[in-house]
Amino acid sequence: MSEATPKFKITIDGHTVEVDPGTTILNAARLLGGDSVPPAMCYYTSLKGSGGKCRTCLVEVSKGSEKDPRPMPKLVASCSTTVMDGMEIKNKSSQRVLDARSGVVEMLLINHPLDCPICDQAGECHLQDLAYEHGKSNTRYEFERRTFEKLDIGEYIKLHMTRCILCYRCVYTANQLTDKREHGVLKRGDAAEIGTFIENNLTNDFIGNVIDVCPVGALTDKTFRFRSRVWYTKPMDVHRDCPTCSGKAVAWMIGDEVARVTARKDQFGEVKEFICNDCRFHKKEKSDWTIEGPRHIDRTSVISANHYELEIPKHTPLLNKA
Amino acid sequence: MARKLLLEHAQVEGIHTYDVYRKNGGYKAVEKALKSMSPEDVVEEVKKSGLRGRGGAGFPTGMKWSFIAKPEGVPRHLLCNADESEPGTFKDRYLMEKIPHLLIEGMIVSSYALGCNSSYIYIRGEYMYVLQILERAIAEAYANGWLGKNIQGSGYDLDLHVSPGAGAYICGEETALIESLEGKRGNPRMKPPFPAVQGLWARPTVVNNVETIAAVVPIVNEGGDSYAAIGVGKSTGTKLISASGNINKPGVYEIELGVSVEEFIYSDQYCGGMKNGKRIKACVPGGSSVPILPHYLITKTAAGESRLMTYESLADGGFASGSMLGSGGFIVYDEDQCIVRNTWNFSRFYHHESCGQCSPCREGTGWMEKVLHRLEYGHGKMEDIDLLWDIQRQIEGNTICPLGDAAAWPVAAAIRHFREEFEWHVNEPKRCLETNYGLVKEKTFESVNA
Amino acid sequence: MTENQEIQFPEHLLKEVGRIISQFPEGKQKSALIRVLHIAQAHFGYLSTPVMDYVARLLHILPIEVYEVATFYSMYDTQPVGRVKLEVCRTGPCMIEGAETIVSYIEKKLGIKDGETTSDGIFTLKTVECLGACGYAPMLQAGEKFHEHLTEEKVDQLIEMYRNKPVANYMGLENNG
Repeated sequence: MSEATPKFKITIDGHTVEVDPGTTILNAARLLGGDSVPPAMCYYTSLKGSGGKCRTCLVEVSKGSEKDPRPMPKLVASCSTTVMDGMEIKNKSSQRVLDARSGVVEMLLINHPLDCPICDQAGECHLQDLAYEHGKSNTRYEFERRTFEKLDIGEYIKLHMTRCILCYRCVYTANQLTDKREHGVLKRGDAAEIGTFIENNLTNDFIGNVIDVCPVGALTDKTFRFRSRVWYTKPMDVHRDCPTCSGKAVAWMIGDEVARVTARKDQFGEVKEFICNDCRFHKKEKSDWTIEGPRHIDRTSVISANHYELEIPKHTPLLNKA
Repeated sequence: MARKLLLEHAQVEGIHTYDVYRKNGGYKAVEKALKSMSPEDVVEEVKKSGLRGRGGAGFPTGMKWSFIAKPEGVPRHLLCNADESEPGTFKDRYLMEKIPHLLIEGMIVSSYALGCNSSYIYIRGEYMYVLQILERAIAEAYANGWLGKNIQGSGYDLDLHVSPGAGAYICGEETALIESLEGKRGNPRMKPPFPAVQGLWARPTVVNNVETIAAVVPIVNEGGDSYAAIGVGKSTGTKLISASGNINKPGVYEIELGVSVEEFIYSDQYCGGMKNGKRIKACVPGGSSVPILPHYLITKTAAGESRLMTYESLADGGFASGSMLGSGGFIVYDEDQCIVRNTWNFSRFYHHESCGQCSPCREGTGWMEKVLHRLEYGHGKMEDIDLLWDIQRQIEGNTICPLGDAAAWPVAAAIRHFREEFEWHVNEPKRCLETNYGLVKEKTFESVNA
Repeated sequence: MTENQEIQFPEHLLKEVGRIISQFPEGKQKSALIRVLHIAQAHFGYLSTPVMDYVARLLHILPIEVYEVATFYSMYDTQPVGRVKLEVCRTGPCMIEGAETIVSYIEKKLGIKDGETTSDGIFTLKTVECLGACGYAPMLQAGEKFHEHLTEEKVDQLIEMYRNKPVANYMGLENNG
């Protein structure tokens, strides 16, 4: 590869950015940031093969490329469509996109229990954010919702399938982080479910990461379940010498107590360095960790609400909702 | 008399055996191709023929073949899609059962054209008895030197195998078929990469329907131009039509593309007219996923022209007043049939067959089925009709694969052309359970759209 | 089949499994999975967990890969079923031609509902989606055999026939009687 690979110049909602060939529309948008970024419920950068399924990241390509300026007839999944030089993309500036996205959110919610008030994921749930931004205030679904029994899949992981949106992230995680995948997607259509088929404890050293990649409250940490709303905890960047993983984590503190340990996520909610089960489930003493300092939390997040130096900004969406 | 290129010998006693097939001119296309044509020549003839994919999409076969990537040292594969599962379609089963060697001969010639040395026929699991017929015929072909190493001394090698599915309509979608052939769940893949670049086991792959591959045999035998001389415009050659519903003679017919819909329904050569002298109410001309046509748009287009059995004429008027040739699953409904019930039935099918991978199809197909069930059983509301319209619109075009569209179109077309029948189900909830709405009032496209 | 009995294909089926695996390139033996599950179902009656685990070992794949596939495709049974599955097509053209009447006739005759098995363990009734016999509707499939142009009389005959006669399964290699 020569060093001077020509960059592709693309435009999203009128903002221009130059990216390497092979970049997806979504990743190009993430370089721009802000309102240019389509939501992504199933795509996960570090999980090979993920993406394309949830359809929330659909965007309109109003100009295919400099060479072939024809628009693409259908909306495309921005997470799995690569850019062309001169491509023009419409995200929030396209009514078609907003309509389609609102349609997808409605689909994702018709069988969702909407049990945010008792769900551990509330406050850091991508589906909650998505529904707030693109959802409708009422439901048109008048039939019984699909439910599943809650399952313990391993000593420390609770599977609440009723909340699952079948993003497949946890399956890719097990495929790629562990050598023997023991859970997967069973059945098909709207009966499809994440499961182990036989009663099976997921025991791999890194399996706890399925909790972090889950965009909703379908996979939760049993050592933290129902202990606290996430916004009552204080997230701290911490690390320790771990023989298994990088040991870089976030400790979610209640006073001096480590209520929960997770991996560190970036501004798009993605874990860059996965952590081991030992760090996640067993290191619950403050003395287990070296505290680096408060974790930066986006000021619009409800998690920022009770803490630190920040004033509560007026436009914090989830607070205004109440 | 219409020409038959595929089913000419279908009624010959013992044609499923090698000897009889060979006596009736079988394997001449292989001889001709291997002895006197280069692979490129075969591709050229197929391009000239104007042959279009017979599985439903109608994409030009020669062009599809020319897309296959040819990286050095990487094997390529030809896969035959024998997963025929589109409601209303049963032509491939008929062809494979009657003349298995025609498909095998087509596979050899097509594999040669594409430079494949190992090809597979993926057949739906329910056709296990047809799989047996094919395997017997393949064994005969091996025994007679038409498969295996150095076919007929040409230096060309080909292995051909049959592999079954196990009950999943979605595996008729080419990337789901590939997944299934790899021993996985039939979840369609994201495109790109297209199968022509990365298909079976990440190798360049072409997937063609049974009928498409069989049609390569007469094209090689008689030349692409001769094939292209049959038909109208871009609809060349012959097409197998599976006729079912309220007609006198359901069955598989080989038509020359361009025959009129009127002739197809009413002539004794084909459907033989409506059963029991009933009036025709509607027609689904290309398998369950294509839009249903009301009686006044079946034999004539909205412009008043005679509707022909071609890709273009059946689609004339777009979805407002047209439909599609699709897979050629031609279903005819008489005045006693209930459109709401039929639409519910189809939506149940798509709900059952959705793979569940992407959200609009996974959730939307089930929702449509539930709403349609409520309407059909007299518990519907007027808003349900608009709700259905919204749901299908939220699915269409927004899914990974065309199953979403296939689920949306029948619902959209039924509402578009038979809205008053849906309203009648809401307004007359008791009567709709006992009797059917009957024929839509004498109407024309103009009177509806005035 | 008792719980403790070892799950093992007989010689002729192991040979058939070997033949199928050999149709695919080396290392791609997972491609044989769908067909091997058909064989397993024909031989063992249904795909119990031990059977699926056995198939996973035969093909050197993970058990979960087998469970995922076995639960995806509608032809596989992961729960016990009757010796004869009567699978009646209920889609579109078959419905027009009276599939529903055929289903209720069978339900009444055998005293079971869609999805149930008779108490003697012989018949399971199952409605299925389009089997590609639309022109010969209504129809049902029993084992590998298609029975078309059904009437109530024909259903009577079929039930009498299958009551005593095994169904041809997996290319006639297995008669699960």
